[in-house]
Amino acid sequence: MSTNILLPRPHRILAINQETEHEYTFRVESGAAAKHGQFYQLSLPKIGEAPISVSAMGDGWLEFTIRKVGKLTSEVFRLRPGDRLFMRGPYGKPFPIDDFKHGDLVVIAGGTGVAPVRSTLRYFYEHPEEIKEVYFLAGFRDEGSILFRADLERFKARFHTIYTLDRDRVDGFETGLVTRHLGRIPFSTLTRYHVIIVGPPVMMHHTALKCLEYGVPEEKIWVSFERRMSCAVGKCGHCKINETYVCLEGPVFNYTKAKELWD
Amino acid sequence: MGYSLSYGRMNEILKELQQNYRVYAPRRWAGRGRYSDTDLIRYGEIAAVEEVVHDEKSDFSPKEIIFPITQPLFYFTEDEYRESRVDDQGLLIFARPCDINGIRRLDTMFLKNGDSEDSYYRRLRDKARFVLMECGTGWDTCFCVSMGSNRTSDYSLAVRFLPDHLLVEVRDEAFKRYFSQEREVEFTPEFVTSNPRTVRLPEIDSSGLLRKVYDLEMWKEYNSRCQSCGACTAACITCSCFTTSDLIYNENARVGERRRVWASCLHEDFTAMAGGLGFRATPGERLRFRTLHKVYDYKARFKEEQMCVGCGRCDDRCPEFISFATIINRLSDEVERLKKEASQEVAGQ
Repeated sequence: MSTNILLPRPHRILAINQETEHEYTFRVESGAAAKHGQFYQLSLPKIGEAPISVSAMGDGWLEFTIRKVGKLTSEVFRLRPGDRLFMRGPYGKPFPIDDFKHGDLVVIAGGTGVAPVRSTLRYFYEHPEEIKEVYFLAGFRDEGSILFRADLERFKARFHTIYTLDRDRVDGFETGLVTRHLGRIPFSTLTRYHVIIVGPPVMMHHTALKCLEYGVPEEKIWVSFERRMSCAVGKCGHCKINETYVCLEGPVFNYTKAKELWD
Repeated sequence: MGYSLSYGRMNEILKELQQNYRVYAPRRWAGRGRYSDTDLIRYGEIAAVEEVVHDEKSDFSPKEIIFPITQPLFYFTEDEYRESRVDDQGLLIFARPCDINGIRRLDTMFLKNGDSEDSYYRRLRDKARFVLMECGTGWDTCFCVSMGSNRTSDYSLAVRFLPDHLLVEVRDEAFKRYFSQEREVEFTPEFVTSNPRTVRLPEIDSSGLLRKVYDLEMWKEYNSRCQSCGACTAACITCSCFTTSDLIYNENARVGERRRVWASCLHEDFTAMAGGLGFRATPGERLRFRTLHKVYDYKARFKEEQMCVGCGRCDDRCPEFISFATIINRLSDEVERLKKEASQEVAGQ
């Protein structure tokens, strides 16, 4: 009898932090050794299951930032600290953190795309000796969609940060899409570096093209895909793009691979 | 080893077998076909061997026996999470060579793709044994020979249905005892060696060519024809996609289950995520996805064989009479054209 890979386990919610009107971060008790960029299948019995990326991790806990958009996530929002969330994972290929170490790192993220890169950023914030310079360019739609305000604030101390809002004019934030501010990252002076781009598909596409224009080699760019999944273990077929399964070979892809994942 | 036996004796053996196995075969549901006065041929348990529809192609494949259309994964009772169970009866399935070959593709998806096996598939698959049914001359939409899936040796028993008796080959030692009283004869099953339809497989040998295949105009033609109903994927022996969903029982909201249900890449919501984002918005793009999965992607991933086994049921089931065999041949023609144009471009430089 093979083990049941679809069986979730209950985990206690330690804390809940409201990020925006529609997004909450749940801190869940877990001793699992998740890697930066991986995801879990989160579920509630009788409601459903969905893939959610790890947005931060610490000693004995994991954080998930959840947007209230579906049946499951609406129900998750009723939970309180002490309640149980069901989980299985971690799944997927993480960011190659070891390859990033002792070089420069450029992170460009848009909207909820900040969640999957947050744990990587927090890691290098806490281990500044393992990285040279970090350039963090984050874009949100408007003032009401700004996530992780506390992290954004403290990252300013150690990273070169550019925060921008698509339309609103707010103190501490630029205006316009992330691609508009890309020129402020000194790509031409960087030698040993990597670039992470995570956000909506259109944002990742245009940002990657623009990075290439700035002379960034394809193999230095990393992206993370978001796909519908039912199983997260290579069986259900929902996340397949040509011969690639995002749950198995992704969600993190090098751009040399990602550029050939066509829908 | 072969045996000759009457239908009466075979039914007695069937009774014995049914002590250990549920026996499934293509059966006739009179008047339940898609058009008036037509019958539906699909899999069900049989009580007598005369019920086996051996001289027609079944509308649906036997995949539902080991990969049920709807399958409970867990039952929820208040705060308990209990895995669904199956009984210990074996599964004996009358099947064509294409379907037995198709189930090997399902094995690849459920047992080999990813790091771990799907235990729900494994627990039914381990119990399954096949009774090979000969195909005679085959049917007009079959193209198993082109796909190399017209033959198989993966069966326990093989049977030839003759008007007043049956010939049975016993390959699996475990079944010998059931036939010890029968008259021995020479019998090995025959396989179809040619089909009325032949399919030429596209030879896509570079990512540049694959990109051009994605952009072909031919896919757009299907935007108006394909109704995205998914009838082709439901009939396909090799389609393995599913969607998991939870439900609450009407009678008692504290009790419910998590189940998986067949999914179709032709459905518009196949890639739809909560929040509205989705991919492959047109029927043509989705049909392209299905086509390439069956005759390119699967082989690119697993190397051994194409996913499609050429059973032709998708052609039989499509309400718009879209022929998958024709799509494959059109695609091959287009690929040849693209290659020719590329070589002319090189020559012209």
